[in-house]
Amino acid sequence: MSDHQQTSGGLMQNGVVKWIEHRLPVFSFLDHSLGTQYPTPKNLNYWWNFGSLAGIALVIMIVSGIVLAMHYTPHVDLAFNSVERIMRDVNGGWLIRYLHMNGASFFFIAVYIHIFRGLYFGSYKYPRELLWIIGVLILLAMMATAFMGYVLPWGQMSYWGATVITNLFSAVPVVGDMIVTLLWGGFVVDNPTLNRFFSLHYLMPFVILGLVGVHIWALHMFGSNNPTGVDVKGPQDTIGFHPYFTIKDLFGMVVFLLILCFFVFYAPNYFGEADNYIPANSLATPPHIVPEWYFLPSYAILRAFTNEFILYWPVSWLITAKLAGVIAMFGSIILLALVPWLDTSRVRSATYRPIYRFFFWVFVLDWVALGLVGAHPPEGAWVLIGQIATVYYFAHLLLILPILGLIERPLPTPESISASVTQPAE
Amino acid sequence: MSDTASTPPTAEIDEQTRRDFLLVSTATVGAVGTALSVWPFINSLNPAADTLALATTEVNLSPIASGQSITVVWQGKPVFIRHRTAAEIDQAKKDDEAALPDPAKDIDRVKKAEWLIMVGVCTHLGCIPLGQKEGEPKGEFGGWFCPCHGSHYDTSGRIRKGPAPQNLTVPAYEFTSDTQVKIG
Repeated sequence: MSDHQQTSGGLMQNGVVKWIEHRLPVFSFLDHSLGTQYPTPKNLNYWWNFGSLAGIALVIMIVSGIVLAMHYTPHVDLAFNSVERIMRDVNGGWLIRYLHMNGASFFFIAVYIHIFRGLYFGSYKYPRELLWIIGVLILLAMMATAFMGYVLPWGQMSYWGATVITNLFSAVPVVGDMIVTLLWGGFVVDNPTLNRFFSLHYLMPFVILGLVGVHIWALHMFGSNNPTGVDVKGPQDTIGFHPYFTIKDLFGMVVFLLILCFFVFYAPNYFGEADNYIPANSLATPPHIVPEWYFLPSYAILRAFTNEFILYWPVSWLITAKLAGVIAMFGSIILLALVPWLDTSRVRSATYRPIYRFFFWVFVLDWVALGLVGAHPPEGAWVLIGQIATVYYFAHLLLILPILGLIERPLPTPESISASVTQPAE
Repeated sequence: MSDTASTPPTAEIDEQTRRDFLLVSTATVGAVGTALSVWPFINSLNPAADTLALATTEVNLSPIASGQSITVVWQGKPVFIRHRTAAEIDQAKKDDEAALPDPAKDIDRVKKAEWLIMVGVCTHLGCIPLGQKEGEPKGEFGGWFCPCHGSHYDTSGRIRKGPAPQNLTVPAYEFTSDTQVKIG
């Protein structure tokens, strides 16, 4: 008796709660998932906030998206104007749309930090490999959703972004053009394309929601990793998720929402492209097509593959540079799912891996460099920088991670989470 | 004691293999049927009848002076029509011998040497190359330049540099008179 009922206070004694709990044990389920009965490593730092922040961003996107869909018209002649009507005439429409636009960016910010946190602290290692793979699937689903959502306002960037990305599939040998026609429902990006993208853009967030459910389920099998990367040895290493981490997550949420609100109210188009306020024109490509910022590193990898690129030479007899670029772009994300096996080190946390820690930050810089390359036209030095950064991206995952785990001598890890605090490090 | 005790052991084995067969065949029929029933849903995403019912496009060439280009729409796609100068034709023929990623002779890409007619969609990722209007960049080979990913096309619309794998596509077209062309 006791622990449970003491910590949950009088709630479990309430008659209505008891009546429901007897028939559907939802209260004890929540208590074991997010409550006092969910043991959480007591040393989690602020980098562990970004999982819950991503969840909050998903909720913001679904709520604002459902309302926007009530005012939006998915037709090539009406879509652009229906968005402008949301901005000008619908009560508070500007606020909801700006929340949705900037919410997408903040969702990706939270998720990218969440991923890099996992890479730094080795959260993907046994027994959390499947948890990590589900996370990569969530990232892919987010990318598909964000891409289709960006098409809906039917501006110039919407139209030409859709054209470029759907054309990626034309690189597939033999059936490529059939696939593209199937995606378009025509011979160019047109009304059938817009209609199906709207349908799928509404569907995908709920697919993501389901994946997040499985992600959390897998997380709760072994609980969170922690900054030391050392397994929880017993109750002395944990504290209840509630109230300690509910309050910490709530504090993080307030900070996150404050920054989001700054952009929504003071710089709502900071992450956007001015060209997307020009209605789509199928006969004029904007001089400089750029995807949304969260796609820039992937975009840079795609563009790095030209006939002159060193990574293309080994396969140049077999496939076109275009197909190689497409494979590399998708491969750059899919390879992340294999990181649990590419990293051969048995030590999780970079805190105890001095050489890995160095290469981790180089990898972060490389990713940022790819983002900058993706934002610039493929001219001059940017071409070379993009190719070097692409080579390094794959070298980090395919060479540095496996080799480093074998040759690096890690620092001694603490015996337990508690010991890392009570005993001074050597 | 049990119901099966009176059944000879051999019969029991026969019964199991027959069940296995029924189980596997039922599951197979079910799986194939489910897979086939997916097709109508996928096929519904292919171009509909009204989308397919696209007319040809007729163009009057007489107002296009030598050295000028126009862009017309065919099947929703831009088609480049360029009235090439003698210098451009010479250059295109000279480049027949150059190193071409997608080898093609200039003479095979035109019906009349001065009229170059191509679908104006970059074969890389579908952007519309620049070079139609005066003042637009024409790339390093004097033809067209795709701003999206830096593909350079020559005066015959052949890919010379950059990520595009193929030359600009030549659509089916015919001259209905000296100054009329029908595309499609």
